[in-house]
Amino acid sequence: MSQIHVSTTINGDATEFLCEPDETLLDALRDRLGLTGSKEGCGTGDCGACSVTVNGRLVCSCLMLAAEAEDAEVTTIEGMAEGEALHPLQRKFIEHAALQCGICTPGILVAAKALLEQNPAPTETEARYWLAGNLCRCTGYDKIIRAVMDAAAEMRGEMRRAS
Amino acid sequence: MALDDKLGVKDRTFKIVGTRPNRPDGIDKVTGRARFGADMNAPGMLTGHVLRSPHPHARIRAIDTSKAEALPGVKAVITAKDFGHVPDDMADVLDHCLAGDKVLYDGHGVAAIAAVSPAVAKQALKLIDVDYEVLPHVTDVDAAMKPDAPVIREAGGDETVPDGMSKNAMHRFEFGHGDPETGFGEADLVIERSFRTEAAHQGYIEPNACLATLAPDGQAELWCCTQGHYAVRDMCAAILGLDKGMLRVTASEIGGGFGGKTTVFIEPIALMLSKKTGRPVKMVMTRDEVFRASGPTASTSSDVKIGMTKDGTITGAFAEFRYQGGAYPGSPVEFGAMACFAPYDLKHVKTVGWDVVTNRPKQAAYRAPGAPMAAFATESVIDELCQKLGLDPVETRLKNAASEGTKSAYGPTFPQIGVKATLEAAKAHPHYAAPLGPNQGRGVATGFWFNFGGNTCVSLNVNADGTVSLTEGNPDIGGSRASMTMMAAEELGIPYDRIRTVIADTGSLGLNDVTDGSRVTFAVGLSTIKAARDAIRVMCERAAMVWGIDPDAVEWEDGHAKPAGPNAGQFPPMSLAEIAAQASNTGGPIAGHHEVNAEGAGVSFATHLVDSEVDPETGAVKTLRYTVFQDAGKAVHPSYVEGQFQGGAVQGIGWALNEEYIYGEDGKLQNAGFLDYRVPVASDLPMIDTVILEIPNPGHPYGVRGVGETSIVPPLAAIANSVSNAAGVRLTDIPMSPPKVLEAIDAAG
Ligand code: FES
Ligand code: FES
Repeated sequence: MSQIHVSTTINGDATEFLCEPDETLLDALRDRLGLTGSKEGCGTGDCGACSVTVNGRLVCSCLMLAAEAEDAEVTTIEGMAEGEALHPLQRKFIEHAALQCGICTPGILVAAKALLEQNPAPTETEARYWLAGNLCRCTGYDKIIRAVMDAAAEMRGEMRRAS
Repeated sequence: MALDDKLGVKDRTFKIVGTRPNRPDGIDKVTGRARFGADMNAPGMLTGHVLRSPHPHARIRAIDTSKAEALPGVKAVITAKDFGHVPDDMADVLDHCLAGDKVLYDGHGVAAIAAVSPAVAKQALKLIDVDYEVLPHVTDVDAAMKPDAPVIREAGGDETVPDGMSKNAMHRFEFGHGDPETGFGEADLVIERSFRTEAAHQGYIEPNACLATLAPDGQAELWCCTQGHYAVRDMCAAILGLDKGMLRVTASEIGGGFGGKTTVFIEPIALMLSKKTGRPVKMVMTRDEVFRASGPTASTSSDVKIGMTKDGTITGAFAEFRYQGGAYPGSPVEFGAMACFAPYDLKHVKTVGWDVVTNRPKQAAYRAPGAPMAAFATESVIDELCQKLGLDPVETRLKNAASEGTKSAYGPTFPQIGVKATLEAAKAHPHYAAPLGPNQGRGVATGFWFNFGGNTCVSLNVNADGTVSLTEGNPDIGGSRASMTMMAAEELGIPYDRIRTVIADTGSLGLNDVTDGSRVTFAVGLSTIKAARDAIRVMCERAAMVWGIDPDAVEWEDGHAKPAGPNAGQFPPMSLAEIAAQASNTGGPIAGHHEVNAEGAGVSFATHLVDSEVDPETGAVKTLRYTVFQDAGKAVHPSYVEGQFQGGAVQGIGWALNEEYIYGEDGKLQNAGFLDYRVPVASDLPMIDTVILEIPNPGHPYGVRGVGETSIVPPLAAIANSVSNAAGVRLTDIPMSPPKVLEAIDAAG
């Protein structure tokens, strides 16, 4: 089977690549484009480590074909900071020690950013249910939730700390 | 090893230790730049894949690889035979990677392929013909202990196993002192119960991955995600017949391990494939492979008998544990039998442990290996005794708690320990007195872990601009770079951000034992402090040289060398940076080192409080509130200490309520994926509150104890005890999944 040519936009940059017809977006990002920030924890849509947004929608890149990214806007963890400036979520994750090993972190940050874009003032319960598709085996989620709530407050212009 | 020689730990005021700076690898990890096992590539690299057995137990009559080898794009096909003879102590390690004469579990590796692409490799795997003679199998620990059970290892157990027992019993352990029967005679109430726990997987989110290159001259490079790259080096070198010094292993960032990444699964295979092909070979396990062929923990069955007087004194305790650790000897039953009664001061105590083999993957260490299942059984019976005798479970534990001078149930006499402190803290905490609603219950349990020290080697270089490079050899699995940097900064008296800590490969630093046994903050921390003191000694000598005074007349304070007293001479203090700037003129580069096989790790105790709500309609158990009380000795970076408490508690919650290996009648694992093997998700949980207690460990200069493992010991029992108080039913079978809880409720009427 011949490869498919894909033209897409990744983190704002026009990008082209060739892929197999059955290749996942995650494999294309990692193995063809060198964007290894998205992780494969399961390959079956169960862990969220591969989370990216496609046209603003949060998806598991392991469940999407690379060829489906044609003409799409894909955003990965590598597109989250702006130059030297970390996104408030990234900063708060470091400050709150919301990562131990850090393998889940890119996916959780991408998912949390998508949450705050839809709902700038989530309750703790809303944050917990939104992130229920992102497994973290290290932290027990406590500090992750605190970091998300704190980042949301900061982004709303409230300077209170969630903890 | 002694407490800080100059200052007693209690009197010492810390400037940096105990604060919460940002971790030095934080930006890499929130931007996706950090490189984990699967994130490394090499020019010309091939991809390696393993063919796995569909049978739980079968003799391999023949393997025909010719069709696979003929497929274009396939560069090598190997089986266990390609490794030839390996040293005896490595035979099981290799056999677990690639089977010898028999496959011993569903998912056991049989052959491996290196190919130009995953697509080719997948096709090639289907072309390998394996002729199996299927054998009877057993995956349950009690079934495996029956004398007529299918035999997994013909040689059977060792001399500790009495004649006539199942050949699957490998070893019998016994611990304790006194005579439990005498103790039961003195009791007002004796309760005897049996328990079972199913196997849980460590569930690290990063599947095992490696990239290997082995050249014809015997020089090899290996990149892999592991808790201990020196151990990987030693195992791979032994299995492949390489010289240790020729095999350089670099640890990638590691996406969780919890004990599961303390051995090898694919690394020797990747090296052999690289040797055969002359090209780099990358291997990444799928999640299905991780579940089927990397270590879960043991599943267990046990009988516990404890006697208590009306006033709550435990008069006698006995427990017998059977742990299956997969198809190879080495289950952690010994640790379970040693740890379960350690929190208590007991006159009559005995535990027996049986190491059992079954047709399952070889168990790997899982956070306090063996202890949670044993504590589940013993802490449940203690709770039931308290219930029946109308006693407060925290008071009763306090009454029996071990303290300094207690002869522990597993042998040693305890030095200063923190079990009472954790119980006192639990008793005083608002959580313990908070009101409960209908169908809600509170559970308490106490747990113990030994902690470990081990071989450690640290190097600290002072750079000419006054910055410091700290080199250690243990992968940073949860913020340890931050802790090491903090201890070096504390000791040197310079700011945290003037030090950068790197984790060296095996060629750049001497032996460092695996990141396990909660050893790193203790042993690597201790070595970091000693390496800093070594560098300080050199810097004092250099200052003395500049000042023309005796080195003994120079002391170190707050990042400066200064004359030790008025008699030493009048010189303004010289900073680390000033000394470093002149190093070339005073004798050359300045460095400090420390090498040790550390002892004195300091045991650790925790008490957990949990409130659960049981849905009487469905049997579902919801965790409402959770508080961990644990002794950290001295918390270096409290956020990461809390993180260890929280992470261990939540892994325990998952094990207690959801997680289990489900084997069918056919001996195959039925839930090898995160959909059906359900680890806790954010919406399952409340915040996990933590209370850090600091009872200094006399074996560490700052009093540090390891904290990583103890937190998974109490949750199984604490939750079972809360369910008992919420629903009036005593669950003796882990996980307490809804159908089991419902059945227990229905049976109780
Ligand atoms: S890798 Fe995509 S959800 Fe796990
Ligand atoms: S920090 Fe390790 S999985 Fe989340």
